[in-house]
Amino acid sequence: MRTEAAELVFDEATKVYPGREGAAVHELSLTVPAGEICVLVGPSGGGKTTALKLVNRLIPLTSGYIRIDGKAIGDYNITELRRSIGYVIQQVGLFPHYTVEGNIGVVPRLYGESRSWIKARSAELLDLVGLDPSYAKRFPAQLSGGERQRVGLARALAANPPLMLMDEPFGAIDPIVRTRLQDEFLRLQGELRKTVVFVTHDIDEAIKIGDRIAILREGGKLAQYDTPMQILDHPVDEFVADFVGRDRALKALALQKLGDLKLGEGVRDGLPRLPAETSLRDALSFLLAERQEAAVVTGENGKPLGVVTREDLLR
Amino acid sequence: MIVSSLVIDAFRFIGDNGSLLLSETGQLAKLAFASLAISLAIALPVGLWLGHKHRGLFLALGASTLGRALPSIALIGLGIAVLGVGFWNVSVALVVLGVPPILTNAYLAVDGVDRDAVEAARGIGLTETQILTRVELPLGLPLILAGIRISAVFVVATATIAAVAGLGGTLGDVIVNQASYGEAGVFAAALCVSAVALGTAGLLGLMQAAAFRRMTPRT
Repeated sequence: MRTEAAELVFDEATKVYPGREGAAVHELSLTVPAGEICVLVGPSGGGKTTALKLVNRLIPLTSGYIRIDGKAIGDYNITELRRSIGYVIQQVGLFPHYTVEGNIGVVPRLYGESRSWIKARSAELLDLVGLDPSYAKRFPAQLSGGERQRVGLARALAANPPLMLMDEPFGAIDPIVRTRLQDEFLRLQGELRKTVVFVTHDIDEAIKIGDRIAILREGGKLAQYDTPMQILDHPVDEFVADFVGRDRALKALALQKLGDLKLGEGVRDGLPRLPAETSLRDALSFLLAERQEAAVVTGENGKPLGVVTREDLLR
Repeated sequence: MIVSSLVIDAFRFIGDNGSLLLSETGQLAKLAFASLAISLAIALPVGLWLGHKHRGLFLALGASTLGRALPSIALIGLGIAVLGVGFWNVSVALVVLGVPPILTNAYLAVDGVDRDAVEAARGIGLTETQILTRVELPLGLPLILAGIRISAVFVVATATIAAVAGLGGTLGDVIVNQASYGEAGVFAAALCVSAVALGTAGLLGLMQAAAFRRMTPRT
C-alpha cells in the first residue's frame, strides 16, 4: 500500500480576509519534503488553520503560490485537487446518515469504485486505524470520540492520497486516548510515509508528531521553521523561546534516547539498568529519584552497552 | 342520538350520491395535487439552494410570515378577483399559499445541517451539487417533508374553500349549500374533504417518520 508522497511548497502564500485589517497568513514560504510531517503551531490568530485550508482551496489565496509536486494548486481542477488530498478535522464531520463503511467509501464512490472494492478497502483501513471489522456497519452516533476520529482518518486515507491535511485532529479527545492516537498515527506514518501538514496549538504534540515544526506568530508570520530539536535547542527569538516554554531543555531531553549517546566504560554489577530506548528525560528522572550517579544502558536481551552518568545527561 | 343519526344519514347520502362525491373529490384532489406540484417545483429548488448558500434568510422567513398572515379565503378571493374563476387561476392562488411552508422548511433544513459534515464533504472533494444531494438533502429530509406536509394540508383545505369564491366541483360547493344537500350532504362532503386531507397528511407523515428514522440512526 505504498504510494509516492508529494512535495508541498508554500511560496510567499498570503491570505488577507476582505474587510479585515492585516493578513491572516503573511508571505508564508516553506517546503515540506515528500513523506514528512510538518506541524503548524502557534497561538490563536497565527493563521495555522487558514494556512492549512489554503492548500485544498477551502480558502482562496490572496497572493503567492502553493505548489504540490511543482504544480500550483490553482492549476489543478479544484475537485480533483481535493480528492487527492486527505482531509481530517477536529470535529471529524462524519456523515451521520452513512455507516462507517459508507463514510470511508465516499471518495472511492465518486471515483466509481465498485461496491466490493469499497468493502475490501474499508476493512483494510479499519484494520489499519485499529478498529474491528465489525465497525463497518455501525453509524457515527454509535462511536466514541476516539473511534470517530479513527474513522475520520480512515476516510481521509481511502483514496490513498499523497498529501494529508490534519486540522487539530486529536484536539477534542481526552488526554489518554489522544496519546494513544498520536502513537498509532506515528506508527501508521512509519508505514505509509505520506506528506502531512498537521495543525495544533499544543507545542508538546508538535514536538512529538513533527519531523519539522513551523511556528507561526500573530498576523500569520513564520517565526521559525526547523526540526523539533533545533527549535528546542536554538529558538530564533524570545517569541519562539516563550512559546516552546521554559522547560524546553527538558523537552529536548525527551526527544533523545540513551542509545543515541556515546556511552562510557565501567559496566559493573550494583548499577541500575536502563534500556537503550529510554529517553534522556526519563533516565535523568530515574537517576534523581533513585539517588544514583550512573546506570548501565542495556540493548537487546539486556546486553550491557555501556554506562551513562548524570553528567552525560546534563551535557 | 342526533349525531349518530346524522352519521347514518351522511353514509346514506354517500351511497345515494356516490358519483357526485367521487367526481368532486377527484376534482379536489386534482386541483390540490396540481397546485402542490407547482409549489414544490418553485419552492424546493429555491429553498434548498438558499439554504445551501446560507443566504436569503430574510426571503425564506418573510415568505413564511406572509403565508401565515394572509387568510386563505382572502387570497382565494384576491386571486379570483384578479385572475377570474378557473382551474388554473385558482391554482395560482393555491400556489401562493403552498410555496411558503415548503420554502421556509427547505431553507431551514439545509441551513441547519451539521456544518462540520458539510465542510468535511467539501474538503474531501464533493462538488457543491453533490454536497446538496448526498449530504444536505438526506440530512434535511425530515424537516423538508414536514414543510411539504404543512403545505399539502393548507392546499387541500383551501382548495375546498375555492368553491365559496365560485369554482365549483371541489366539495366546497356541497358544504356551503345546505339548502340543496341537507345536513347529511354537508356532513358527507366534509367527511370526504377530511379523508383527502388526512390521507395526504398521513401519507406524508409516514414518509417523514421513515426519513427521520433513516437519518437519525440509533445510538
